[in-house]
Parts: sequence; C-alpha cells; structure tokens
Amino acid sequence: MVVFDKPHALNDMPMHYCPGCTHGIIHRLVAEVIDELGIEGRTIGIAPVGCSVMAYNYFNCDMIEAAHGRAPAIATGVKRADPENHVVFTYQGDGDLASIGMAETVHAAARNENITIIFVNNAIYGMTGGQMAPTSLPGQITQTSPYGRDTNHCGFPIRVCEMLSQLEGPEYLERVTVNSVKNIRNAKKAIKKAFQNQLDGKGFSLVEVVSSCPTNWGLTPQAALKWIDDNMLPYYPLGVYKDRSAAKEETK
Amino acid sequence: MADKVLMKGNEAIAEAAILAGCRHYFGYPIPPQTEIAAYMAKKMPKIGGCFLQAESEIAAINMVYGVSATGKRVMTSSSSPGIALKSEGLSYLAGADLPAFIVNVQRGGPGLGGIQPSQSDYFQATRAGGHGDFRMLVLAPASVQEMADLTVKGFELADKYRMTAMVLADGTMGQMMEPVSLDYDIAPAPEKPWATTGTKMAREHNIVNSLFLAPEELEKFNFDRYERYKYIEENEAMYEEYMMDDAEIVLVAFGIAARVTKNAVNEARKLGIKAGLIRPITLWPFPKAPFEKAVDNAKAFISVELSMGQMIEDVRLATECKRPVTLCNRAGGMIPSPEQVLEAIKEAANGGAK
Repeated sequence: MVVFDKPHALNDMPMHYCPGCTHGIIHRLVAEVIDELGIEGRTIGIAPVGCSVMAYNYFNCDMIEAAHGRAPAIATGVKRADPENHVVFTYQGDGDLASIGMAETVHAAARNENITIIFVNNAIYGMTGGQMAPTSLPGQITQTSPYGRDTNHCGFPIRVCEMLSQLEGPEYLERVTVNSVKNIRNAKKAIKKAFQNQLDGKGFSLVEVVSSCPTNWGLTPQAALKWIDDNMLPYYPLGVYKDRSAAKEETK
Repeated sequence: MADKVLMKGNEAIAEAAILAGCRHYFGYPIPPQTEIAAYMAKKMPKIGGCFLQAESEIAAINMVYGVSATGKRVMTSSSSPGIALKSEGLSYLAGADLPAFIVNVQRGGPGLGGIQPSQSDYFQATRAGGHGDFRMLVLAPASVQEMADLTVKGFELADKYRMTAMVLADGTMGQMMEPVSLDYDIAPAPEKPWATTGTKMAREHNIVNSLFLAPEELEKFNFDRYERYKYIEENEAMYEEYMMDDAEIVLVAFGIAARVTKNAVNEARKLGIKAGLIRPITLWPFPKAPFEKAVDNAKAFISVELSMGQMIEDVRLATECKRPVTLCNRAGGMIPSPEQVLEAIKEAANGGAK
C-alpha cells in the first residue's frame, strides 16, 4: 500500500535547488493541490526568472517561461485566451514579482485577473548570487548591500500582501510560510484555496510564501528556517490580508 | 466588384486583423496609432473577442506572448517609443518561436520626439527588434488598402514561419483615409501542436521557452532559425517596380515617401529624365532582385526617406555599391515634397552637380 508518493503533477527530473531550499516544499504543495483538484490537464504554469526559472522542467502540466517580472501579463493572455478551460498559475520570486514585475503584479491584481500567483519571498536574489531584493530586511547583508541594507540610502522593504490588499480588485491574499510541519499544512490550505478560487471564477488569488535561502543568507538549512521565525515573520506577519468571499459571507 | 469602404489607415488595420481571425488585442494609447486600440475596444466585445488596455507597452507585448503560446492569433500596436519598450518581448517571442503580429505607426524621434510621421525606426525593425540574433518580417504599406492587405498577409506569414510579422507604417499611413476593399479569402490557421493549451492528460507537456543554458543547444536553435530565415529571404520578398524598364536614376522609397516619389518620377519623365522607383514592400526580407536587375543600366540611386538615412544602407548593400547612392530626406516629422525629390533627381541626372 503506497502511503506517500510523488504527486503526478511533478515529474522525475532531478531538481537543481540547493540543499535546504524551500522551493522543493513549495513545488510539492502546488503539485499536490493540482493533483487533488484534478486539473493537471487544464493547467498552464508560468515560470519566472530566478532560482525557479526551470520550474518548467519540474511540473508535468504545460509550462511557459516568462520574461523577468512579466508572468502576470503572460498569465493574463493565457487566461483570456480561454477563460473557461485554462487554469493558470504563476510561480514567482521576490525580484520577479516585487521589483521588475511590480507594475504587472499590481495591475493584474487591480484587474482581478482570475489567476493564481505563488509568490516565493526569501528576501534575496538567489539565482544571481545573493543581491538585495525589494523585500530584503533593514540591515540585511547582501552582495549589493554589503554593509547591511541602509534605509536612508535605499528605503524600506515592501510588504506585498498589505500593499495589494488596498486594491478593490483582488479576491484573496494570504501570507504563509513553510518552516514547520504546522506552517506547511497551512501553506497547502492557502495554495489550494488560491486554485479553488480560480475554478470558482472568484478572481485574483495570491499566496505569499515566506521562504529561506540558506546559501545566500549564509546559514545552515535549519538556521535559515529559524531566521524566518526570528527576522522575517516579525516584518512579514502571517495571515489573510484579503478574502472578499469570506467578507461577503460575514456581512450576510 | 467588391464594395469599397472609406477608412482611416489605422482602422483598416484593425478591421483586417479581425477578418484574419484575430480575437485578442492588447495595447496602450500613443499617437498616431491610438485609433487601432479605440476601434478594437468598440469591436471586440461585439464579436466575443478580447480587447484589453494594458498597463504599458511592456505588459501588452507579454500578453501577446501569452495568447500566442496558446496557439491563437493575437496582436498589439504602438508607435516608436512604445515599440522600443517592447524590445525585450520581441526577443523572447523570437527565442520561443512564437507567431505574433505587431504594428508600428512611426513618429518622429529619437526620445519622446514628436507625433508627426517618420520612417526612423527602419533600423529598429530590420536590425534591432531586440537583443540577440533574430529577424522579424517587416511589411511597409504605402496605401490604406495595403495597410489592410499586409495585415492579413502578416498574420499568415507569422503563423507559417513562427515569428513576428510587423507592419511598419508611418504616421501618414495611419491617419490618411482612402477607399479600401476588405474582401478576403482567409485560409484557416495552421495546426499548432506545440501550443500550451493544457495536456488534457493525453500528451507530454509542452514548454514554451527561450532559455537554453547549454551553448551547443542554443547554437543549434539559432542555426535552425536562420535556415528558416534563409528560406524566407528566397521566397517572401515583395516589391513594386514603377517605370523601371529603362530607368537611369533609380529612386528607392517606401510608405508615404514612395507616394511622394512617384509624383517626382512622373515630373522627371516629363523633363526627359529616365527616372524610376523601386518600392520595397517587405523591408525584411529586403528585395534584392529589382536592384540586381536595375544596377547595370542605372547611373545613380536615390534613397528617399523620412529619416537621417537608414534604408540607404540596404540600397548600398543590394547594389553592392556599384553606383553612387545618395539620400533625399526629411526628419523629425517633416515629409519630403515632390519638388524636393525632383531636385534630387535633377542633381543625380547632372552627375551630382546642382
């Protein structure tokens, strides 16, 4: 009796991620949700530029490689090409979604595009060797903030869920993390809801997954998971930042 | 005889695109081409199509990329500065071998420039659509009828060769109104088994991508693509020859410059000068055949352009510099007059003396 297996929506390609990288966990959660909802045959995923640029090699559904930051615009095209049949998700890092792609992110949310966005926030640019991200914390040492992020010089990190929650457009915004079993279970619930919302036609659903980058944070995998608790979550609190349908239910 | 409709150039493009089966338009307002977006905004909802005003020209070209990946006909349009914004997207479309149709209604530049007509994006269209080795099919209409015809042709060629077809119009073409016949026999679009439409659990997944980190693999993609381009160069060049049989002074012009130059050629003939016009209709592939035919009998070539001289380089290449090639031009939104072109013809006929 098989108790635990690889989800069908993930294929057998060996992943290139670093030991302790949370991309592995998040890919699995997305694939499990796709399997449970039975949507692999209708799903088109859009990969970013970043560590997960080759996500198109790991998911079994049709995949599109996007230019840096442009995934929500590409998703808009893919969804509107066949809104009834195409299930569309983007999978993006913090540089992709909150730096170069900020306009595409905000406007897809404002338009309430009926898509699902998985936003992996590890406060650093991993693929290019550890530079500062728009979500890097004050004082955080990176290759392009070698003396620590100086808010006098380059301002403050951006809280994406909070920012997008000000818009009328989005349906659902939740911030989760994956540094413990309990948190992983919660993250999966949020990701499943973000896909279910699309199937129900409810609109723009984004899950921000606070993640670790042991390699570029200069920490062991376990220490990196703890760094999430000690440093990331105080600045990026977990929780639901928008849930239009739930709010409607309450006012009934 | 088919009925003709009086239409503005920009609107003729939009209507022809719809007739060609395009049901998705993404764009951003910028003069002198916003009429295309406005026409699509009115028409698309009525026919079950999708018009979306994107947040920028960058977003628009990426929305095009998305629809194209799913195998459907799709377009965007802009003018010079907006086309510059699309460079990244055009390169990605090329690297992923995606069909796309795009319109540039050129205005004066560089920079914010002006909104009057120009042809100063010739280099951008034929040499530098974006980074990396790639070509776009570039079609240059010289009438409202051609604005429509080359739109239909553009969609067909884009699908046939899996690349971007660009209609490179100048502002005059976009704004002028002429009678146009829209009676087309549209062939069905080809099958696209590579498209990302959902596996339906019935096939391996498709990947639309331009990232190939192994240099041997990326090299092969480039060489294969250029085999296609070579075939296009040999088979898809289009041009018009006007009074070229015995031409000694050969004018070369496209778009509004060709319309003006025809007048000048007629006037020159009245003065006994054997002038003729080669009008490229495809700027890429640039038509070499009429130049090979003309060069031996010609004394000189004159490139008439609304730019500081861009097509002139292709004229020199096509004639292999066997004859003098001079430039007759205006810039910044100004249009050459027939008188100015006639002066240039007279000068060339006098062996360069004014």
